[in-house]
Amino acid sequence: MFEVKVYVSLKEGVLDPQGAAVQNSLHHLGYEGVEEVRIGKVMTLQIQGSREKVETEVKDMCEKLLANTVIEDYRYEIEEVVSQ
Amino acid sequence: MKFAVIVFPGSNCDIDMYHAVKDELGAEVSYVWHHETSLEGFDGILLPGGFSYGDYLRSGAIARFSPIMDAVIKAAEEGKPVLGVCNGFQVLLEAGLLPGAMRRNENLKFICRSVELVVENNETIFSEGYKKDEEIKIPVAHGEGNYYCDPVTLEALTENNQIVFKYKENINGSVERIAGIVNKEGNVLGMMPHPERAVDELLGSKDGLTLFKSILSHWRERNAITS
Amino acid sequence: MQLLHEPSPQQIKDQKIYAEMGLTDEEFSLVESILGRLPNYTETGLFSVMWSEHCSYKNSKVLLKKFPTSGEKVLQGPGEGAGIIDIGDEQAVVFKIESHNHPSAIEPYQGAATGVGGIIRDVFSMGARPVAMLNSLRFGELQNPRVKYLFEEVVAGIAGYGNCIGIPTVGGEVQFDPCYEGNPLVNAMCVGLIDHKDIQKGQAKGVGNSVIYVGASTGRDGIHGATFASEELSEASEAKRPAVQVGDPFMEKLLMEACLEAVKNDALVGIQDMGAAGLTSSSAEMASKAGSGIEMDLDKVPQREKGMTPYEMMLSESQERMLLVVEAGREQEMIELFEKWGLMAVIVGRVTDDKKLRLVHKGDVVADVPVDALAEEAPVYHKPSSEPAYFREFQEKKDYRPAVEDFSRTLKGLLGQPTIASKEWVYDQYDYMVRTNTVVAPGSDAAVLRIRETDKALAMTTDCNSRYLYLDPYNGGKIAIAEAARNLVCSGAKPLGVTDCLNYGSPENPEIFWQLERSTDGLSEACEQLETPVIGGNVSLYNERSGAAVYPTPVIGMVGLIEQTEHITTQRFKKPGDLIYIVGEAGNDFGGSELQKMKEGSIFGHSPKIDMAVEKDRQEKVLEAIQGGTVASAHDMAEGGFLVALAESLFGTELGAEVKLTGDDVLAECFAETQSRYILTVSKEQQSRFENYIPEAVCIGEVTDEAQLKVLDSNGKPILQEQTVELEDIWRGAIPCLVKSKD
Repeated sequence: MFEVKVYVSLKEGVLDPQGAAVQNSLHHLGYEGVEEVRIGKVMTLQIQGSREKVETEVKDMCEKLLANTVIEDYRYEIEEVVSQ
Repeated sequence: MKFAVIVFPGSNCDIDMYHAVKDELGAEVSYVWHHETSLEGFDGILLPGGFSYGDYLRSGAIARFSPIMDAVIKAAEEGKPVLGVCNGFQVLLEAGLLPGAMRRNENLKFICRSVELVVENNETIFSEGYKKDEEIKIPVAHGEGNYYCDPVTLEALTENNQIVFKYKENINGSVERIAGIVNKEGNVLGMMPHPERAVDELLGSKDGLTLFKSILSHWRERNAITS
Repeated sequence: MQLLHEPSPQQIKDQKIYAEMGLTDEEFSLVESILGRLPNYTETGLFSVMWSEHCSYKNSKVLLKKFPTSGEKVLQGPGEGAGIIDIGDEQAVVFKIESHNHPSAIEPYQGAATGVGGIIRDVFSMGARPVAMLNSLRFGELQNPRVKYLFEEVVAGIAGYGNCIGIPTVGGEVQFDPCYEGNPLVNAMCVGLIDHKDIQKGQAKGVGNSVIYVGASTGRDGIHGATFASEELSEASEAKRPAVQVGDPFMEKLLMEACLEAVKNDALVGIQDMGAAGLTSSSAEMASKAGSGIEMDLDKVPQREKGMTPYEMMLSESQERMLLVVEAGREQEMIELFEKWGLMAVIVGRVTDDKKLRLVHKGDVVADVPVDALAEEAPVYHKPSSEPAYFREFQEKKDYRPAVEDFSRTLKGLLGQPTIASKEWVYDQYDYMVRTNTVVAPGSDAAVLRIRETDKALAMTTDCNSRYLYLDPYNGGKIAIAEAARNLVCSGAKPLGVTDCLNYGSPENPEIFWQLERSTDGLSEACEQLETPVIGGNVSLYNERSGAAVYPTPVIGMVGLIEQTEHITTQRFKKPGDLIYIVGEAGNDFGGSELQKMKEGSIFGHSPKIDMAVEKDRQEKVLEAIQGGTVASAHDMAEGGFLVALAESLFGTELGAEVKLTGDDVLAECFAETQSRYILTVSKEQQSRFENYIPEAVCIGEVTDEAQLKVLDSNGKPILQEQTVELEDIWRGAIPCLVKSKD
């Protein structure tokens, strides 16, 4: 069993209004050093199968559904876990 | 002319679209459930607004994989008019039938109000009833209508005259104030404003009815010629 | 919350564990005598939620009895999910209001969202299609950052749920006052339409019929929410709070469509929402109403979490769940119907004839209690009541009269008060148009929706000026009803009935109970006089934070019928040359007024008076004048008085007005909040017909095409001259500006 963490965030250069609002708010709280905030999503998947199969499947899932590659980038981490 | 209104789980402007076509335009119309796989016999395809699949993950992202979508893509390829409004537009973007993507509104809030649009291109089958540069009043109601495309795509859109409607004032942060675009072939229109909400004077505006009339009259002309 | 070893019945008694669940010593003894034995842990839980104020109305029942609840058009009064009133043509309107105050104070987005979800289920559980939402919100002052956060998140939560499910949020009200700072009020109202033949009841009839659970699965969220709602908020409640319920509007949309399809199927015997006290209240109430019993196998209940105990399953307040009773032998039809919508439907029990709620878990009977004891036999209290000292003090005061020198500045100040200022910032976030029936959008006196395939329309509003109620609960109660009705009349509707949401402090405090007592007297009498029965509602007590109670706030939701769409009228002036009339004379009524609050920073003295006979007479005349086609615009004078109402009638138009006052008391004419008054405009062609309808109406001026407001006193001396746009900017800008400002 593998636990896969998929991270999806807006591409560099695509305006992130939510991130901008949070950055603003952090400045307001006195964290002047914050130069950028980007907000994204983390998805945790539990998948059965061989590592190779999981790798290709996850990439496929990201391209097809989990990320919209017009505006979003993705990356993922795969970790083997003991199934319960 | 017979229209199909595609119903995804979570669509909620399906009824409005249906009534606009049936009661105000006076054309034939049926609901088509997302599980269906064929759009045989329909001459125009309407993807209504709403929150298909709760808009979970991204607006339109899950609906785009509904069984009916293959038939929608086929209809588009055959040159049938396909109109996606609001969530319907988002589905068309996710499905790749139109270029670009939607982000959350710049002010991060849902916006519901009647807005002024400028008709940029009145030479499409959807907009030929308007005058070029005409200002029309059509309501918007969306949280993710902030249209984005990269500069290359934008150039292509402009060059091919694919931008049909622009907001008079940029209400949501969209690139170039874009409110609605067509595909290169001109038979697939996606727009965030709701023309089906502007078909009855009692509710404030009839400017949206012209869009439906354009589709119908174009179809009639074409059919008169071919048959 | 999960307990590995539940305490034994003896431990529950000895260690007073029941007290932690909200039962008093006397109540626990009563449970013991009803059962003839000590209750176990699960049973104690069942009684504690069913006997909470939220479910049993044990503290308010004696007062609620006073409300008139019947009438020739009432098809369903209080007691079911929502009340129903006939509107002719075999159709009826269904509506109810409910509070979600405490959850919203803790987690404003989800608290408000799940409040919306709950009230929608109440309406479609009657078999009605929900057609509109309204809300009534109360917050502290927006200068406070926590209040700002609550305000923004509550609005976002209402929008998030309502927009997604696709029911237009068409109206409501928002008021700001320091008394709501620690305890905001979030009341949501839903209005539905139904054909008479589809009316459902939440009854478990027919021995042997199946009990079916549909919708979302059960988790540990909101356990003891009903008890939580029946306690004062304190610092400790943050720690004690149940897991926050999270709303899933997409699930609810599917559930609603599936249930509305199910009500057309005659295999459905009864249906009820699993709201507060979840599975417990829905099963016990359905059985009790039908005079039957229910046996449930808890192992069949769809569970979202592992290892849930019977106690947890029965008390969970997970959202988007319904309980159905279905004819034996036809379960499969129903299950398939729900499956078509991608929803779970599971047989969890059956109807019995022994009037007991019997629960089985892993083969053991874990609870066996009489349903009537749970649903009907909660103790009823008539709490001691005493007239508060502040009230006597206010009554003895001389009438308050503010000093005003600059009328322009005062008007501008009033237009910028958040309670008066435009609420566009709020309703812009609500989809108020979806389903394309909204004829009058938020911002006029009442919202109006057409009824498709008829020429009729429904008008609806929520209203309550709690300042008047604080100064004088009896008078203020009458005014709350009168003003809601006035709003409807101005839109061209005849008021049909009332749903009320009674938001008060702790009834344990005799002064609060006195407020409750006096205001329900006022509400009842006004309802009698205006012939608007109360067909349902909700009581929310214990709205206090650290000992400070909110003002008595009985929010009134009212629905009216417009016979023909051409009668629909709005507050906005229509065209230059129309004559401006006022109905009703101003008196020195400044107690509890917006002007008093603005100038003094607090309210005191006498509330405005109201004569219900005059009120009724004027409502009838104004409605007749509208129905006669003689009125171009109609607006009632409310917070801020005449000048504010006049200015509001200009906003959103490009028009102006020039008026000349007629009396000697210019101050009262401009700003007093004297009741039962209207501003009406009439085209010159209709003048004589109009004056026949309302002979006492006084013509004070004309609508002009120059966008400015000009007011002269009775001697012709100008007292105010302002550009409409300048006034409108203040009015529109106030709330966005306060929300944006960085503390």
